[in-house]
Amino acid sequence: MTENQTVLLDESGIKRALTRISHEILERNKGVQDLVLIGIRSGGAFLAAELAKCIAVIEGDAVPVGAVDITLYRDDIKSHAPNLPVGKTEIGFSLQGKKVVLVDDVLFTGRTIRAAMDALMDHGRPECIQLAVLIDRGHRELPIRADFVGRNVPTSLKENVQVVFNEKNQPVEVVLEK
Amino acid sequence: MAEFKHRNIIALRDLTREDIELLLATAENMREINSRDIKKVPTLRGKTIINLFYEASTRTRTSFEIAAKRLSADTVNISPSTSSATKGETLADTALNLLAMKPDIIVMRHAVSGAHYHLAQKVTCSVVNAGDGAHEHPSQGLLDLLTMKDKFGRLDGLKVAIVGDITHSRVARSDIQGLTKMGSHVFLAGPPTMMPPAVERLGSVTVCATMKEAIQDADVVMMLRIQQERQGKTLMPNAREYSRYFGLNPENLKLAKPDAMVMHPGPINRGVEMSSYVVNGSQSHVLKQVENGVAVRMAMLYHVCGGELE
Repeated sequence: MTENQTVLLDESGIKRALTRISHEILERNKGVQDLVLIGIRSGGAFLAAELAKCIAVIEGDAVPVGAVDITLYRDDIKSHAPNLPVGKTEIGFSLQGKKVVLVDDVLFTGRTIRAAMDALMDHGRPECIQLAVLIDRGHRELPIRADFVGRNVPTSLKENVQVVFNEKNQPVEVVLEK
Repeated sequence: MAEFKHRNIIALRDLTREDIELLLATAENMREINSRDIKKVPTLRGKTIINLFYEASTRTRTSFEIAAKRLSADTVNISPSTSSATKGETLADTALNLLAMKPDIIVMRHAVSGAHYHLAQKVTCSVVNAGDGAHEHPSQGLLDLLTMKDKFGRLDGLKVAIVGDITHSRVARSDIQGLTKMGSHVFLAGPPTMMPPAVERLGSVTVCATMKEAIQDADVVMMLRIQQERQGKTLMPNAREYSRYFGLNPENLKLAKPDAMVMHPGPINRGVEMSSYVVNGSQSHVLKQVENGVAVRMAMLYHVCGGELE
């Protein structure tokens, strides 16, 4: 930890936020019927797995979890732009008629969410898509808003917000870098 | 992970092990698209790809075209009978005329080895090799690597036998380049008339006197097509004799490891380089190769679009 970094949430803080979000998801959707969680690679996919564990504890029922890689749907892939490796999309079930909760770690410009929604639509027509994020740092460039937020953090454009995961892909802290 | 720096893919010889690993990793993840209901992603929307095929092809051209369309690129196909080459236009002139229509990638197959290096000097768009003479066929090489990696989970340390007409085979050259870079052991067998001079300069390969020696305990047996269109008439007495010494049948396949893969780049001359029993048998991965071809070509087109000028 250098002096340019501030811890916004520690491990127990993240846990409490995810537990609250799990309750809110269940309350909004009245249980787990037709509910699926899709995490955005890579941080969002790890958080989706954590949320699924929380929901299973609260409700006693498992929800299907998938992961979406948005590289192929990005709006900034141009000729001679940096060449990004493509991650794996794993959605082992149909999204037709499902209530999809899209999960990401940090909500920033909203462009990633736009790309992820396009990707989901190519896997079928869900009944609805809701958005859950651990951190909302503002600076939206598209008309996108999260349904479930762990913490709202006002930031400047120069700052960077990072969710740190351990080797088991569990979130350990959220750091603000100046 | 490493970034892909190449604007053109002309030969696996020009790529590093890291480049090949990246292309294979991307191809593995592209496969998910091919199993969806909606087999399309918007990645190369607005890109124009010209498939310029001076030699006959079904598999490769169709595969490149499907790969381009699944990435939302627009494709134009030019085949020998419809091109101005029949009216005497040079390759350089054809290239400059095509370039004036602003394509982003030219995928070319040409009968002359090295034609793509000539093309790449003339144009500013990306050039992807779909086979040049007896030089290389990089997309086939990569899909062969991917198919082997699917089965064994690795390429390092595999024993791969390549049997047949090595001299005229661009597939063999790309396979040798790719396999030796990835740490596989390559064993070659074929009639002396079809074994190129100084073959060891292609990479660290072992040339075997007999087919038996090459396929003994092999993990992979790669059979090559007899390229009658490229050969003179004197390289082999007849197909029956060739088949007796260098054909793969259920009997000699037992020399390889019990779970060995049988591969062939196609089109197959049934009864010459492979018996129908082997082609249709449980160890044959011929159609798996074709399936992987689309994903590999999607990865190639994707990565050259982000590559830098060399």
